[in-house]
Amino acid sequence: MGTVPSALKHCLSYQHLLKEQLWIGEPAAPPPPAAPYPGQESQESGLPEYIKIVEVGPRDGLQNEKVIIPTDIKIELINRLSKTGLPAIEVTSFVSSKRVPQMADHKEVMRGIERHPGVQYPVLTPNLQGFHSAIAAGATEVSVFGAASESFSKMNINCSIEESIGKFEEVAKSARNMNIPVRGYVSCALGCPYEGKITPAKVAEVSKRLYSMGCYEISLGDTIGVGTPGSMKRMLEAVMKEIPLSALAVHCHDTYGQALANILTAIQMGVAVVDSSVAGLGGCPYARGATGNVATEDVIYMLNGLGINTGVNLYTVMEAGNFICTALNKKTNSKVAQASFNTGTIS
Amino acid sequence: AFPKRVKVVEVGPRDGLQNEKNVVPTPVKINLINMLSETGLPVIEATSFVSPKWVPQMADHAEVMRGINKLPGISYPVLTPNLKGFQAAVAAGAKEVAIFGAASELFTKKNINCSIDESLERFSEVMTAARAASIPVRGYVSCVLGCPYEGKISTAKVAEVSKKMYSMGCYEISLGDTIGIGTPGSMKEMLTAVMKEVPVGALAVHCHDTYGQALANILVALQMGVSVVDASVAGLGGCPYAQGASGNVATEDLVYMLNGLGIHTGVDLQKLMDTGTFICNALNRRTNSKVSQASCRL
Repeated sequence: MGTVPSALKHCLSYQHLLKEQLWIGEPAAPPPPAAPYPGQESQESGLPEYIKIVEVGPRDGLQNEKVIIPTDIKIELINRLSKTGLPAIEVTSFVSSKRVPQMADHKEVMRGIERHPGVQYPVLTPNLQGFHSAIAAGATEVSVFGAASESFSKMNINCSIEESIGKFEEVAKSARNMNIPVRGYVSCALGCPYEGKITPAKVAEVSKRLYSMGCYEISLGDTIGVGTPGSMKRMLEAVMKEIPLSALAVHCHDTYGQALANILTAIQMGVAVVDSSVAGLGGCPYARGATGNVATEDVIYMLNGLGINTGVNLYTVMEAGNFICTALNKKTNSKVAQASFNTGTIS
Repeated sequence: AFPKRVKVVEVGPRDGLQNEKNVVPTPVKINLINMLSETGLPVIEATSFVSPKWVPQMADHAEVMRGINKLPGISYPVLTPNLKGFQAAVAAGAKEVAIFGAASELFTKKNINCSIDESLERFSEVMTAARAASIPVRGYVSCVLGCPYEGKISTAKVAEVSKKMYSMGCYEISLGDTIGIGTPGSMKEMLTAVMKEVPVGALAVHCHDTYGQALANILVALQMGVSVVDASVAGLGGCPYAQGASGNVATEDLVYMLNGLGIHTGVDLQKLMDTGTFICNALNRRTNSKVSQASCRL
């Protein structure tokens, strides 16, 4: 803007500026107990006071990266994330290694990671077999993945929505007997790569099925990132008629650059759980070369700027992101990390 | 609720190209602007009448101004930092100009080597001449959500500078998050202060995406009634203060969001993406627009 001297590349005061910003520093108070209760939106702005960030990098992120990384690096990544203040870290997926080779080492990862008190380590379990395997490996929370699109369900897991719900009910039943919490995901909440438009009513219907079977939280996923604040609002309005706000989460992909605007819309409506992926790991399998998950760093930067507590230290997340990007030999997808690391060392 | 219509001000050919490493030849610039003129964009910032010593990328300002197709209904504002630049701009056929203020003393000193008050005096010369020639003037305020030198910027200061420029006769004030450091929180606070001094109908936001916050910041601005948004095709224009980081928000991504909100812009997204593809090829770089990236089946 204006006439900027082209010689200007580094600026000492800019480093100083970064330190002054809210986001550099220790997390605020320790996070309140696991599930935020309704009525917690006591901020003047009407926004939640606290937002739980669910870190999906090690699972959703790594599963959608081209390069497969060794088990010890995965474990190192998760251990680093455990020290950032993140309250939930999705660790791995107990699916057939034929289907998802990137997650073949699920048992080793589950057994190898440090388990920090106060941090949840959910794993994906598509069926009863995966569930039993997960429990045997030490899992104490699991997730099931539904979809609001028949075509997507068929293409992804080779069965109808109804059939998949049947499988999840088996998992939910066993989980209930063992006091294991189950998180439910609904994919294609704002659009489907095969069907295109998805009605909010369908998203509400599938969400309700998952909630009724015992899922404590429903994460609504904009799987191909096509949503905008407009479609996010309409979808949430429909779902909120069936599911209490405190049981809702949003899982936005940044494929069309809309993720933060969509997340902002969701939190303005009272949603207090947001999924994200360190360094924005995980591309989009449906648009070659395009990005996928929203970057945890960028989400936290925004929430810090809004005065919303997350309990997460942004700086340590950036360091974990730097670690995994080096291991993957790729550039970060986080703009906050890009802007910060490129100005030289942060001391 | 949201405005029904938003005016998108395209700054790619000026703010974008000025902050790109590679310089493109005059015919490419002219073609870029001509292509943009076909997309439905109502305003396209064409070039800058500053000394080529300062900004070599804009040295061909007179040729560009004379060479472009000027479609009826579209404005082609140009930057004019002083009276000399203004006169050169008018001689080259400009019908609208823009002046650049800042909410930070240190930024003004480093940028144009004078204080904010001194810069406003220089601008008043331009204002007087513009008024005499019936030429509208747009005012920019830089560093509204933070300064690379001073750090935090008080919302009162932003309001003060905006008010001065509006009172001087600028028909519109574009509030720039120059280093992209703002968030929906700081955007809301700043606009609340400025809206006490300048009517919201005369306000625009110019958000940089250096920290990925641009669309969220723009969303908040729209919610507060702002209906003019600056953007740069393909997200041209990096950030001079953070090496390798991005700068301007991409017009494609903005239009995608506005379309999704049912807000009218008059812009054809496909033609816009094609224009972005053209200029990125010419610059030998990848687009910064996620919409373009996603839509491209390589």
